[in-house]
Amino acid sequence: MAGKVNRIGLESIVYKGGKTTLCAGCGHNAISERVIDAFFEMGVDPRHVIKLSGIGCSSKSPAYFLGGSHGFNAVHGRMPSVGTGAMLANGKLIAIGVSGDGDTGAIGIGQFVHLMRRNLPIIYIIEDNGCYGLTKGQFSPTADVGSKLKTGIVNDLPPIDTCALAVELGATFVARSFSGDKKQLLALLKAALAHRGTVMLDVLSPCVTFNDHEGSTKSYAYVKDHDDPVEEVSFVPFFEDISVDYEPGTTQEVTMHDGSKLYLKKLEEDYDPTDKIAALRRLHETARRGEFATGLIYIEPDRDDFLSLLNVVDEPLATLPLDRVRPGPEALEEIMESLR
Amino acid sequence: MSPTDLAVQEEHASQRKRRVVNDFSLQVATVNGSGSQTANLVLLRSILLMGVPVSGKNMFPSNIAGLPTWYTIRASKRGYIGRKKEVDFLVAMNSETAKEDVLTLEPGAAVVYDEPLKLNALRTDLTFYPVPFDKLVAPVCPDAKLRRLVRNMIYDGVLARLLGIDMALMEKALAKQLGKKGKAVALNQGALKAGWDYAEANFTKQDPFAIEPMTEAAGKILIEGNAAAAIGCMMAGVTVVAWYPITPSSSLCESLISYMKKYRVDKETGKATFAIVQAEDEIASLGMVIGASWAGARAMTATAGPGISLMSEFAGLAYYAESPAVIFDVQRVGPSTGLPTRTAQGDLLSTAFLSHGDTKHLMIIPSSVEECYEMAQQAFDLAEQFQTPVFVMMDLDLGMNNWMSAGFAYPDKPINRGKLLTDEVLKRIGEWGRYKDIDGDGIPYRTIPGDGMPVYFARGSGHNAKGQYSERPDDYVENMDRLARKFETARRHVPMPVIDAVPGAKIGFIGYGTSHWAIAESRDQLREETDVKASYFRLRAYPFTGELAQFIDAHERIYVIEQNRDAQLLQLMKLELTPERTAKLRSVLHYNGLPIDARSISDDVLAQEGYEVARKTAVRVSAGSAGGE
Repeated sequence: MAGKVNRIGLESIVYKGGKTTLCAGCGHNAISERVIDAFFEMGVDPRHVIKLSGIGCSSKSPAYFLGGSHGFNAVHGRMPSVGTGAMLANGKLIAIGVSGDGDTGAIGIGQFVHLMRRNLPIIYIIEDNGCYGLTKGQFSPTADVGSKLKTGIVNDLPPIDTCALAVELGATFVARSFSGDKKQLLALLKAALAHRGTVMLDVLSPCVTFNDHEGSTKSYAYVKDHDDPVEEVSFVPFFEDISVDYEPGTTQEVTMHDGSKLYLKKLEEDYDPTDKIAALRRLHETARRGEFATGLIYIEPDRDDFLSLLNVVDEPLATLPLDRVRPGPEALEEIMESLR
Repeated sequence: MSPTDLAVQEEHASQRKRRVVNDFSLQVATVNGSGSQTANLVLLRSILLMGVPVSGKNMFPSNIAGLPTWYTIRASKRGYIGRKKEVDFLVAMNSETAKEDVLTLEPGAAVVYDEPLKLNALRTDLTFYPVPFDKLVAPVCPDAKLRRLVRNMIYDGVLARLLGIDMALMEKALAKQLGKKGKAVALNQGALKAGWDYAEANFTKQDPFAIEPMTEAAGKILIEGNAAAAIGCMMAGVTVVAWYPITPSSSLCESLISYMKKYRVDKETGKATFAIVQAEDEIASLGMVIGASWAGARAMTATAGPGISLMSEFAGLAYYAESPAVIFDVQRVGPSTGLPTRTAQGDLLSTAFLSHGDTKHLMIIPSSVEECYEMAQQAFDLAEQFQTPVFVMMDLDLGMNNWMSAGFAYPDKPINRGKLLTDEVLKRIGEWGRYKDIDGDGIPYRTIPGDGMPVYFARGSGHNAKGQYSERPDDYVENMDRLARKFETARRHVPMPVIDAVPGAKIGFIGYGTSHWAIAESRDQLREETDVKASYFRLRAYPFTGELAQFIDAHERIYVIEQNRDAQLLQLMKLELTPERTAKLRSVLHYNGLPIDARSISDDVLAQEGYEVARKTAVRVSAGSAGGE
């Protein structure tokens, strides 16, 4: 039975990956499913996608989606540099990187910081569970103060808010979501694919084995109860001719790089995700209440990405023919003459 | 002229008759940040323009301004461009070091000095030429703020007169150095002339040192190894460069940036056919290179020892995931921060096995600026051919000093991108696996994102021939054995050694990199001063080629000459050689931060060969097996 095909004529099965080896119920698996949905629905050609990751449970997940795409599972905390190099080599690729809260916030914080500054075109997802799963449950740098490990140890160091950091450092699309919120996560992932620049998407993704107990602030129950969306996100891709009617003043419309549209319906509080200072304030205020601000936190749709800043030719550098990358004999002779 | 100078003149009356033409070493002692580099390069180039082989070596502090720096220019009619141990001619401009600089000279040397330093009182066996630099600079440079920078050009004028350098050539060299900076050229020309005039009016030539025109160096270029390597990278078609500033490698990437901006920007679109990124550290630099290479670019980085240490983990990933990478290691003195502005060959052993697990890497080792240019190109070919990191092992002496060379030849071959899977190959081989050894040489076929060929998941974790995650013992062993096979294949493709076998020679020298110049000169010294004949094997790559064992077999004793403390090449050789061959190996080691010199090698070898060595070596140069001191 032929399944439904997307706008480039591919079935959703093409977007699936290998069988997951993560724990049953792991939030990361739900994220993989949303990635599959988003890439399928947006009609992205998997052959032009590169999947990148560091080390940890999160970083295993690129093996579980987009089996028809190239992937690179790099070293711990260093995925940003590998992704940067790959995008420099071929700016036509679509890069999706999956990291974890340890891979990003601890060993990889340096590369994370500089990735955000460069506005490289990449979708950078943090599968954030506040602990190291693969080494059996130690705290990570996103663990909240007062959060308790299964062993009873309480975290007393302040957490790193990766969204606040990303906003501060210059990422042009910063969002937070919850692996259990299918609708919001899917809308954000599709919008991420329409964005040209760095997308930093922190997804709270509970660890069912080591951090889902009473006393943890990254458990399913806790996150569900403390999820505080800043708006309701709807995404309409450029290739869908849909007009969304809304009452003036209730919804903010954002036009993306490729012409797609984001409709951000205001909730009880006014929120403008194009206002950097407001974004930081909202993140801090929500955190102070012990809650998580989710949704599109910050967007700057028009800033030049890293490749534009470097002013590289439109074609992939990787496959430029020799006559374009080796100057002629007269160039060498000119250099030699200058040295005589 | 002072009475003391006259006394010196008397004492060396006999010496005056002896002339030393185109064969001496001249050292300028200044403080860094005083603009002396311009004066030194003008002097260097003017000697080259006279047709005389030269080399220029800068011994500078890890500092921006105010600390002592020495620049040594060697003129050698025989073409020796390694460091000469003795200084024949000193220009003493730095009050802090002047006394010690003068006291360490050999008898008969000449000294041009800043008159207020009163150095002529220190010794009676030298020739002194006092120059009142401050008095001379004032009239030629009315702007007092610029005097500090123009002042040094005066010694060039003095030296032109004393050594017999054609002033027209010196002015040509000056114009070359300063380019279109009209005002600066005029000021410096005035200073040059003031120096010449002063020397003409006040000095009678008393020292034996002179420059006379030759044809030997006609048409030669002067270039630093880093710039030469950069030109090579550009000609190799490099497209992605990631780097982090570190002495002594920074100027490699900085030269590359300026060449690429000039020659690698599309005329019509104004867009670059390259991306150069200053990364946040050396770890990220190599990460970017690996990512770029994996995605099909020709990518490189340049660094020094501390950067190499940081790259260790990524180097293992590139080895195991089989990603090309070109890494220039412009070696400096370690361990740790060490002597950041001094030269060494101290990274050989750690780089050969950089990273954990069973990892080993290809290294290629240039000796000359010409080889920097050529090997830069070979490095990219080898990296793609073998899908592995290639380390180009330069050093500070080669990278940052000025070397005379023949002009570089335009590449006569297209680039070699190695085994990239194509439809044609796929049809021929049937089933493709990323790490499958189809041709039996250990080198698999690779695909790159976006090329429409089958995809794979690159990883640093265990994998099978298909590139799938695997922890199976047989998969692991099969893959590691294939990697070893690939390394064996590389032996036949890395640059061959350069061998000069001397008939009847009982001893052989093995050396590499910049030691070459001192070794070549030392062999001449030994032949001319004693009856010691030495064959020579110049190593140019790791892994070793088959010629190494043959060379050892053909000699009774082998001196492995290196610029490090621990005999790193010798240790590396021991891992592969039989005990019989290993027993023949001795060491000549030099590791005081200065480039190795011929005299030190000759003395050390002679001592180990049982000769009485009359000449004392100022520093301990060896911990060789004969216990040479």
